[in-house]
Amino acid sequence: MDPSQPANQLTNAMDGMDEVIKEFLVESNEGLDRFDHDLIALEKDKTSRELLDSIFRAVHTIKGTGGVLGYDKLVSISHLGESVLSRMRDGVLLLSPPIATALLAMADSLRHILEQIASSGQEGDSDCSPVLQRLSDVLKEAPPTAGKATAEGVSAPPAEAPDSDGAPRLGEILITSEQCKAGDVQAAVQLQEAGDPRPLGEILVDNRAVAPAGVADALKAQIEHHDLSSNTIRVDVGLLDKVMNLVGELVLARNQVLQFTGTQEDSSFLSTAQRLNLITTELQEGVMKTRMQPIGNVWNKLPRIVRDLSVGCGKRVEVQMEGAETELDKTIIEAIKDPLTHIIRNAVDHGIETPEVRVARGKSPDGRLMLRAFHEGGQVNIEISDDGDGIATEKLKAKAIAKGMITAEHGARMSEREVLNLVFAAGLSTVEQVSNISGRGVGMDVVKTNIEKIGGTVDVQSTSGKGTLLKIKIPLTLAIIPALVVSSGGERFAIPQVSLVELVRCEGEQAGHSIEDIQGASVYRLRGNLLPLVYLNRELQISPAQGAAQSVNIVVLQAGDRQFGLVVDDINDTEEIVVKPLSKQLKSVPCFAGATIMGDGRVALILDVLGLAQMAKVVSELREKSLADHGAKSTDNPDARESWLLFRIGTEGRMAIPLSLVSRLEEFPVSQVERSTGREVIQYREQIMPLVRLAQAFGHAAIADSELLQVIVYSSHGRSVGLIVNEILDIVDQRVAVQHIQDAGALQGTAVIQQHVTDLLDVPALLAQQHLSSERAVA
Amino acid sequence: MNMERQLCTFFLEGLFFGVEVEKVQEVIRYQEMTRVPLSPAVIAGLINLRGQIVTAIDLRHQLGLSARKSEELPMNVVIRRDDGPISLLVDEIGDVVEVDEQSFEHPPDTLDGQRREFIRGVYKLKQQLLLLLDTEKAMSVVGTRPA
Repeated sequence: MDPSQPANQLTNAMDGMDEVIKEFLVESNEGLDRFDHDLIALEKDKTSRELLDSIFRAVHTIKGTGGVLGYDKLVSISHLGESVLSRMRDGVLLLSPPIATALLAMADSLRHILEQIASSGQEGDSDCSPVLQRLSDVLKEAPPTAGKATAEGVSAPPAEAPDSDGAPRLGEILITSEQCKAGDVQAAVQLQEAGDPRPLGEILVDNRAVAPAGVADALKAQIEHHDLSSNTIRVDVGLLDKVMNLVGELVLARNQVLQFTGTQEDSSFLSTAQRLNLITTELQEGVMKTRMQPIGNVWNKLPRIVRDLSVGCGKRVEVQMEGAETELDKTIIEAIKDPLTHIIRNAVDHGIETPEVRVARGKSPDGRLMLRAFHEGGQVNIEISDDGDGIATEKLKAKAIAKGMITAEHGARMSEREVLNLVFAAGLSTVEQVSNISGRGVGMDVVKTNIEKIGGTVDVQSTSGKGTLLKIKIPLTLAIIPALVVSSGGERFAIPQVSLVELVRCEGEQAGHSIEDIQGASVYRLRGNLLPLVYLNRELQISPAQGAAQSVNIVVLQAGDRQFGLVVDDINDTEEIVVKPLSKQLKSVPCFAGATIMGDGRVALILDVLGLAQMAKVVSELREKSLADHGAKSTDNPDARESWLLFRIGTEGRMAIPLSLVSRLEEFPVSQVERSTGREVIQYREQIMPLVRLAQAFGHAAIADSELLQVIVYSSHGRSVGLIVNEILDIVDQRVAVQHIQDAGALQGTAVIQQHVTDLLDVPALLAQQHLSSERAVA
Repeated sequence: MNMERQLCTFFLEGLFFGVEVEKVQEVIRYQEMTRVPLSPAVIAGLINLRGQIVTAIDLRHQLGLSARKSEELPMNVVIRRDDGPISLLVDEIGDVVEVDEQSFEHPPDTLDGQRREFIRGVYKLKQQLLLLLDTEKAMSVVGTRPA
């Protein structure tokens, strides 16, 4: 044992060094990410001193620390980069696309060297002369300026001399807040350098360069900055994961204790258990928060990707972001990184047109890519939209038919929305020319699978020629989820609450009648709709519990676009469960998403609802069946409680549309109606809005116009359509049971609302019928 | 050179097996198990090892031995692995035995095929033969034979 002692000490010393290098690597990589981001921002806002300083600082730090650690290559590359940047600061060079590309190439080669250092500890022998050459070419174009004064800028150059902890200097704060002139600060610093012992602020005040209050404010700002930087610490993710696991176990132990309280009557024990319960819940929330990261962390890498891509295919794309601060669990952030990148690539490569085409189509030459994220109902919504070409649905349909994914007859029956969802089918791409970026027909199906794997959903809307919108909904966290515990065949199973729609229990007599059989497939009539049933015992090949069941328990679940009923022996309770992955030996079993430990310490399996549905063939692999069967009512559950706008058309037609589709209710004088291309239109909010007379569209006898037209404005994608009705009746908020009718045309079906039979208008279908189908995207 | 290694030993249907001590995380008595429907038959189920969920592999099934009688409760030999521990179900636990590398021999050719691939070799102890289990093989699961 003894001989190993010195070796240990040696490795400890190495560990200490490793720590420094590790920190350097982390900081440098972060710096380079910021560099990319800020440089691309600077391309748009070429005069921003702030961005330029930030870029400069990133390179300068790498050069400085890299030099201390003896990484010569890093130093030589970043030194040249710094020279280029300092000429930009001097105003000798102005950022042009070639310079930006050269600087980005520099960042890439720095990254490459950092990777080498991370893996081997050495800089590696990759050839960095091309990058050096490019940078020196840039430098050659702009000779250095003669005067030192301008070269060094203000005597306290913000980038070169931040305080050691990164807080800005006093002079810097004063200049940026326009409290005093740069020249005065410079003069004061020169005095200091010449031996004046007074602090900078005092000199400035004495010289009457700045008001004392200004210095006080600046000092306060500086202190605040100090506080901010000392308020955060870097923590190893591994440690956070460990803490998270421990909290997970604490939650389990808490659940066990709580189960115990049921049989105890000792009041002090009960109150202690209660306190334990509360503290655990709060601790769990707190720890979850430490794992939350703003989605901006992933987004920040996207502008760079977009820039590279758009330069590569001669396009101009502007990226806009909204809600970058929206927070998500780290594991989810990681899981969506690749799908997001893929969607962005797709949008730039296929969606956005070249500037010439865009101008010819009357769009601005710069394509717009919009990223939005926001929280809603315990989920995070991410929307990615572009104003490009949109998806050519006819082409998509033809391709799917050609590939034998759907039949021609089936294709003819498909709604626009169903066709759009074909983009998620494997092996389908509408692009004739496969580029090296995307369009190989793999991709969108992988995007969908990856998002569904983390319990999310993805939906696409597109208007041909106008653009595409992808909506992603994902849960906030994966580690601890609410779940319904059911039992079948003596085993317990957990079902994630997100998939749960409702519970149905059929007692005794009723149970026999309500479940019917269609050629071996069991169905249940749920409020008039047929719900396919899946028996958990049968699917899992486990024997049912002893004793004839008196009742049937149906758990209605949502799998993708489809609902199905899962028949289980018993429904136990809902519980917060800690999701644990299954070992790789069990990966071949499709219907389990993981396992968890129940209050009594036993293991229960977590059902993978989508996997189970696929196994039971409720959701066919292509999903086309479910899409076709569901028709235009989409994923919206038509039975759900919703607000409806009731109106009258003709003399007695009662109709309703979901209030969510109504953008405004307006009254227009008849005289304002004009005609264009054989259609009635009206000028509305600086747009020409087409009008549709619903009475005529549905063959009701026209009645004489009153002076004022009642118009329901329906908007989608920034364009509006006015639906002329005869009278607005009411707005009701109720659960509506939709009766579907054959060949309903522009009707979704009928329902009884306020004791009257009411037709439910299907606006997208109506607009298609009226050849306003470019407006169809929002349904 | 006289190489010695320590083996954690156990019994399966009268056969004497050994696994390198370093690979064994712990040995525990019978744990309640949750069956995994539709899983390959060699997977006996999942156990709760102090909050960690561990897959248990029925070694008798894996080695093609006869099934254990239902009243006989197996013991768990928990094997350490990078991606989480795996438990091997055995009949009975033996001592930790020190073996001499010189007594090692490759498995005899006469050993029947299926069993042979799970055994790396044989230590000739005084009283009996000790079979060295190939843990990686023992923990591998091929196919998805429904239980």
